[in-house]
This record gives sequence, structure tokens and C-alpha cells, in this order.
Amino acid sequence: MRLILSLIVAGLAGSAVAQDTPQAEQEPELVGGSVRTNVAIAVPVMPGDMVGRQVAEVIASDLRSTGLFTPLGPGGIPGYSVAEAGNPAYPNWRNAGVAALVSGYVEPRADGRITVACYLHDVTAGRQLAQQGFAVASADWRRAAHKCADLVYSRLSGQQPYLDTRIVYVAETGPKNNRQKRIALMDSDGSNHRYLTVGRNTAVTPRFSPRGDKLVYVSHIGRRPRVLLYDVATGQERLLIPGNHITFAPRFSPDGRNVVFSMANGGNTDIYIVSASGGAPRQLTSAPGADTSPSFSPDGRQIVFESDRSGTQQLYVMSPDGGGQRRISFGGGRYASPVWSPSGNLIAFTKISGPFRIGVMNAGGGGERILTDGWQDEGPSWAPNSQFVMFHRSTQGGAPARLYAVPVGGGAARSMPTPVGGSDPAWSPVNN
Amino acid sequence: MNKTILIGMAAVALTVGACGRKQAPPEIPPADQAPPPADPNSTDPNSLEVVELPALQADLVAKAGSDTVYFGTDEYSLDQASQATLAAQARWMLANPNVRASIEGHADERGTREYNQALGERRANAARDYLVAQGVPSTRLVVTSWGKERPVATGSNEEAWAQNRRAATVIIR
Repeated sequence: MRLILSLIVAGLAGSAVAQDTPQAEQEPELVGGSVRTNVAIAVPVMPGDMVGRQVAEVIASDLRSTGLFTPLGPGGIPGYSVAEAGNPAYPNWRNAGVAALVSGYVEPRADGRITVACYLHDVTAGRQLAQQGFAVASADWRRAAHKCADLVYSRLSGQQPYLDTRIVYVAETGPKNNRQKRIALMDSDGSNHRYLTVGRNTAVTPRFSPRGDKLVYVSHIGRRPRVLLYDVATGQERLLIPGNHITFAPRFSPDGRNVVFSMANGGNTDIYIVSASGGAPRQLTSAPGADTSPSFSPDGRQIVFESDRSGTQQLYVMSPDGGGQRRISFGGGRYASPVWSPSGNLIAFTKISGPFRIGVMNAGGGGERILTDGWQDEGPSWAPNSQFVMFHRSTQGGAPARLYAVPVGGGAARSMPTPVGGSDPAWSPVNN
Repeated sequence: MNKTILIGMAAVALTVGACGRKQAPPEIPPADQAPPPADPNSTDPNSLEVVELPALQADLVAKAGSDTVYFGTDEYSLDQASQATLAAQARWMLANPNVRASIEGHADERGTREYNQALGERRANAARDYLVAQGVPSTRLVVTSWGKERPVATGSNEEAWAQNRRAATVIIR
């Protein structure tokens, strides 16, 4: 990532508006151990009616949210014609002090859909870096905008995309002692927000299936927490396991075939696994204590979980059949809610040592880094490209928690746009 | 506690782990004793509703003194005051044989969400066990956990947290 971005930033040094420093010193600025780059990227209004402006606005907003870009526009900068989209006036943009440019157009198609064309240009070098066209229903213009932003982000950062995704979370409203908690779904930029549960029962801890077509979550039905399996397209749901059990902390396996979860009985909580299509659960842990928050490695070969069997909450790993259970957290303090990164290298967790903070460690244990500094930050969830961790932050007093995302490489957490308070965010895979 | 095969489910052996042969695993523990739902194999969420009885709840509070007992931080043991309260609740339950109770454990906000689900169940289970020891039939008691989802006190201070670490006895049909 640094090589590609440093080329852009070095290019910025050569522009008319750059600081008066020699090119060799224009390294990405290091802030608190993280790389902070503010690549000036212009996103003018795309030709093509209102939608052209809206597409450009979503692209600019997405790029700003990555923390790697300073977008200019779409307002306040010159537009262009469809013919110029693929061949812009590079000298004009160089004079404006931008290093990169996103252009394109929106055109109706004969079949009633629209084409959204997306071009990424290296302004300094005066050439096109990437292009792609997207044919979508006109109502789905946002998907094309997110795909274009992902193209730009991926090409310039070297990372996998993550902007064309959805987030499921717990929307929280009302006073602290009578708070409504229901499952809500939205695009990663807060658009297309809708509620999936009506709010009669307290609903918490939703997670997507690996293909993003199902959810598991916990609802307090009949005054008991139960895991439910929910189909996103149809809204149909059923109890994960039949019977009158206390079940919670559900997660899918990476192949989508199984769900691992906690069941509490007789003062003890253990981890079980069950087929997502029904059947008898198998018990994986049996130690006295509270075993919960299981999370599969992306290769499906291990499960990380938390247990207080040693006396305090710590992290353990085991095989998917429950064998080989061993502790991996030794850093002092307590560890909770582990989640394995999609890349397989890292485990994010909530570290409790007075305040609650989000941290990451190497998948084998060790290499611990704390990423946040709130009073009570908990419930981490990974972006599909493993570059960001979402969580919720509570403050002292009565306000509902809010959602945040923090870059794994370090840097400030930024709040995610939700219409009301929120907790337990989970990121979908990148949409097809 | 005797482990019996749950109605509608069969025990399934674990596969042999890499470290060698295991003992036969315990079967799924039975759900808390309660009147069985119409279809124990049902996965319909609507089959699980529970009916509270507010007038009898008020009577419990009036006669037993309290429907709630409290716990120390990260603890689930019953102190003497809690035991006395639960003994009085048990007498009420024996005097009112036609209802059940949902024993509901709660935690304060100073724990993570899923751990607090487990902690709430520990607290409710401790209170339930004490009621059973006082003679209340276990078939009349169900245990549940609200984790930290339903605080009664809204502050972020020791006094509020102490009020939220509790097990409440809720009278149900």
C-alpha cells in the first residue's frame, strides 16, 4: 500500500499547490504510528442528470470515509462532458493541485437500466489507471457508486474492496432503563436503512452468513434469549434449535453450513455447534465457567472463544470438534468478544482493564495492540478486507451507544452514520 | 443434576480429536423444567410466549418484602439478606401453588454483552436453586438471563451498578 500511495503523494509534491519541500521529503505523514495520507482526489459531477451528481457525491463520501483521501467536489469544481470522461484535461487538474481524478458518466440503456462508467486517473502522470462500467437498475445507482469507489480505493491502496457492503446492527432508542433494541440493516454509508425486527422483543448480536444472505441473532422471546436464523431476502426466521433453551452468541462457520453458539444451563455456559439446516447440536466445551463469543478462523480449522475457566475472561482457541483447547491471551487484564480477521492473521477483541478498549493480536497470540481509547468500547467486527474494525462505544450516563470504525493500522476511530444509537455492528461480505 | 436425553433430540458423539479418544460426551442438558410447549420440536418463535401476572406480582412483593435479590461485582453468591428474601418468596410460592415464576438474572454495564448473558444465568440459577432448596418444586420455576440489557438504574456509578446486579422473581402463568 505504501508504495502506491507514496507515488501519488510524491506526485502531489510536483504540483503547483504543493508545500515548498523537495520531492524526497514528501513521504506519507506518520501520525502516532499510523500512515496518514491525504491524497487530493477530485470527484466532479458526472454528466447524466441528477444521478451523475448523486453518484459523484457517494463516491466522494466513500473515499473520505477510508481516511486515505481528501476528496474535492463534486460541488465547486468544474464538470466535463461524456466525451471528456475518459480523456480529461490533465494539465488543468494538475494546476488545481490534485493528484488523482475520478470521472465517468451515467447513461440510460435500451433495457431500462442505466450504465454507470467509472474512470480513475493519475493526474500527475497524465494517464488513466483503471476503468469499469456497471449496468444496474436505475434504483440501484448507489451500488454502482460504491463499486466505483471500491475500484478507486483498491487500485490506489492495494487493498481488497470493502465499500460496497451492508452493515447489520442493533438500533437502540429510548431511555436507558426502557431501551428498545432491534435489528437494523443499512449500506456501509448509512443509506437504505431499514429495521428487520419490530422491537417487541429485545434483539442483540446479529451476524451475517458468509454469503450475506442470512443472519443469526439473539431475541429475548418469552423472556429468554434465543438464537434465531433469519433469511434476509424473505424475512422468514426460525429458532436455531427447537426447545426451551437459553442460547446466545451465534456465529456462522466460514462455509455457511454450521452455526456455533453458547447455551446456558444450570449456571454453566458452554459452546455448541449445529447445522444451519437443522439437527441436533454438538457440545464443544464442557469446562465449568462461562464459555462464549466463539469465532471461526477463515479457513474453518479453528475457533477462538472467551472463557473465564481460569478465573477471569481470557481467549482460547480450539478445533471445530472442541479438541485442543488452549489459552492465547496473557497480557494482563481481561479479554472478551474475540473475532478472527477475514485475512486469518489477526484476532480483534475487547480488552478490559478498567476501561474497555478494542485491540488486535496475532492469531497465534502475542503482538497485542490497542486501537481505541474510549471509556467502554466493545463488540469488534471486521471489514471484509481486514483493514477496519467496527465496534460500539458507550459513554458514562444515559445516552445510547454509537457505532465507530477504526483502521487496523492505527489512527482515529470515526463514527458511523446511523439514524439512532447503535451497538453490535457486523459487516457483510462485499456485495456481488 | 441428572442428565437425561432431551425430548425430541438424540445425543450425538463428537468426532475423535487429534489428541486421542475422548469419553462419550454428555448429552444436551435438559431445558429447565417447565410445562412443555405444544410441540417440543417446533422452531416457530411464536410458540414461546410467556404471560406475566401483575396483580400476583404485587402480592408477592407485599408479602415477601421484595421480588429482587442483589449481587456483588462479577459474583453470583447469595448473601444473608438475599437468602432471607428468597426464603420469604418460597413461602409465597408454596402458598400460591397455581402459578410459576421466571427467575431472571441481570448484570451491570461493566461487563461485555455476551459474558453478561452468562453471568445473568448464573445469578438466576443460584436464586432458583435456593428456592428449590426451600421446597418450591423445580417444575414451577424457569431460569432466564437479561444480561445487561435491562438495567433499572441509569447512572454510570457504583450505586447504579449495584442496583442492576440482581435476580428478579417474575410471577408467570
